[in-house]
Amino acid sequence: MAEKPIVGERKAFMTGNEVTAWAALAAGADIMYGYPITPQTEIMQYWARMAPKFGKTFLQTEDEISAGFATVGGVLAGKRAFTATAGPGNTLMQEAMSMAEMMRIPTVMIVCQRGGPSTATVIYSQQEVTMTCFGGNGEGFRIVYSPSGHQDVFDYTIKAFNTAWKYRFPTFVLSDGYQAKMRESLTIYDPEIRGIKMVPTEAYVGKPGTPGVDREPSLFRNTYNMEEELYEVLMNIKQEYDRVAPEIVEYKEMYTEDAEIVVVAHGVVSRAVEGAVTALREKGIKVGFFRPITLRPFPGQQLKELAGRVKQLLVVESALGQLDKLVKQEIYGVTTPIANYFRPGEGITVEEVIEQVHKLV
Amino acid sequence: MSVQPQMPAVWRVETKPHKFCPGCGHPLVLKALGEAIVELGIQDRAVFGCDIGCSLLAWDFFNIDSVQTHHGRTTPVITGVKRANPDLIGIAYMGDGGGYAIGAQHLVNAATRNEKITVILINNAQYAMTGGQMAPTTLPGQKTETTPYGRDVETQGYPTLGPEMIAAITREGAYAARGTVSNLRQLKRFIKRALENQMAGNGFSFVEAISLCPTNWRTNAEQTWKFAEEEMTKYFKVGEFKTPGEKKEA
Repeated sequence: MAEKPIVGERKAFMTGNEVTAWAALAAGADIMYGYPITPQTEIMQYWARMAPKFGKTFLQTEDEISAGFATVGGVLAGKRAFTATAGPGNTLMQEAMSMAEMMRIPTVMIVCQRGGPSTATVIYSQQEVTMTCFGGNGEGFRIVYSPSGHQDVFDYTIKAFNTAWKYRFPTFVLSDGYQAKMRESLTIYDPEIRGIKMVPTEAYVGKPGTPGVDREPSLFRNTYNMEEELYEVLMNIKQEYDRVAPEIVEYKEMYTEDAEIVVVAHGVVSRAVEGAVTALREKGIKVGFFRPITLRPFPGQQLKELAGRVKQLLVVESALGQLDKLVKQEIYGVTTPIANYFRPGEGITVEEVIEQVHKLV
Repeated sequence: MSVQPQMPAVWRVETKPHKFCPGCGHPLVLKALGEAIVELGIQDRAVFGCDIGCSLLAWDFFNIDSVQTHHGRTTPVITGVKRANPDLIGIAYMGDGGGYAIGAQHLVNAATRNEKITVILINNAQYAMTGGQMAPTTLPGQKTETTPYGRDVETQGYPTLGPEMIAAITREGAYAARGTVSNLRQLKRFIKRALENQMAGNGFSFVEAISLCPTNWRTNAEQTWKFAEEEMTKYFKVGEFKTPGEKKEA
């Protein structure tokens, strides 16, 4: 068997989908279950090509429902199992992810957002925020990272496996079609040389010993008979989620110390915003930017504190207000006006953001 | 002093009496499964997955690692477990709705891929947990809550013949049989062969069990057995439909 997939570190110029497959390999993922859908498909293709060389396996399932549930099964067997999908596939996988949410199963799922609703486009959007954060008949006990470029895709895919297995919540890397299909330069690396230790996995079923003789059997369910029973289970999950949330939350801010206007954006759009804000600062306009890196849990406290001391917020996203809803819910009580620039299913450029900010000055 | 009937060693006494209705067929199938597991010595590597519907009541039935999944999704969960750790013996336990309706795509594809798992499916001719609606296995003319005038095959189709379908779509190495709780020794043989088939790594193995549901059939003991033994077996033939070897038990 070949040794480590990546020895040391090296520069690379590749598509985001290839980056994801490399990141999963570097993270020591054991098995991928998947079903083809654009713009995610090449993650599977690269994984299917590279995985056997490192003793890893792949299963192409009959649909995304099956891929989601097989991923749950792979995790139950104690393996770093993951899947990847987009759009309508994400919709189908929400059923399995709600099981993972209820049973604290550390699945890892990569979402390459495409246009919606329905089949829409195979290209790009930020319209899967609500579904990825709160999908299924659930309460949003999930962890969702929103990367903004290929280095992030690599870093946060590795991190997703560790966050999932450390905290035992289903974890998502919410990327998009641009970050899937574009080529960018980045550094890929063996996590160990950066001091990143992979969190060990643990089998839920099939542990050593004979159940009922050497140990108790592992018995898992997601069905409850009584209201009170379910309430207790959910409140315990909530308490645990709230307890670990501050450790998980990540965000980035720029030029916010003296900003009068703050632009809020996530994912690839935050790069346009960063470019716009940098250009506007050169012209002396007091504008800053805030990017939630985790959409679940959301850096609400940090944004609320910031929003309370500026004159104007501007939410920019490639959706009709999915990030905007999160923002408003988190900063409730702050009276700072919130403008928006929504381009559902469309990319957003630096020039567009500059123009929007000018309208507010 | 009362003498308790002999139960398989994997019987989890802490969760007995079990939660199935009086007269239900599930516990009979589970007892046969438990005995087969003990006789094959696979208690320490069996993983039991149960579906939604009455089968979910088996989630803590055995001293065996168990996971209760979603409706129809036990097949992919156990497939996922088995693929990730091939040393385990994956058992997917479900009803006729879970296997032939909502999870049919999973059953068909797991069978065609020859997944090395064992599916055990309970055929009680209707949806029992939700109160007796038409299932893929409801007999022509049979009255249920959603076929109050009887199942009309013109508008509602004919019952699904599961093991026959599995036999038709699988290749060498697969196992497909239909047993009945009215012949428990034979049913246990079928289950045991299905598990042995997985242990040998031959291929997909499938056992349908004709079962009983006096609660929703609204039958007394005599009528219950009559329906299972006479009415159901007219349509659902008992026997082996595919074995890895030449011999089949009719």
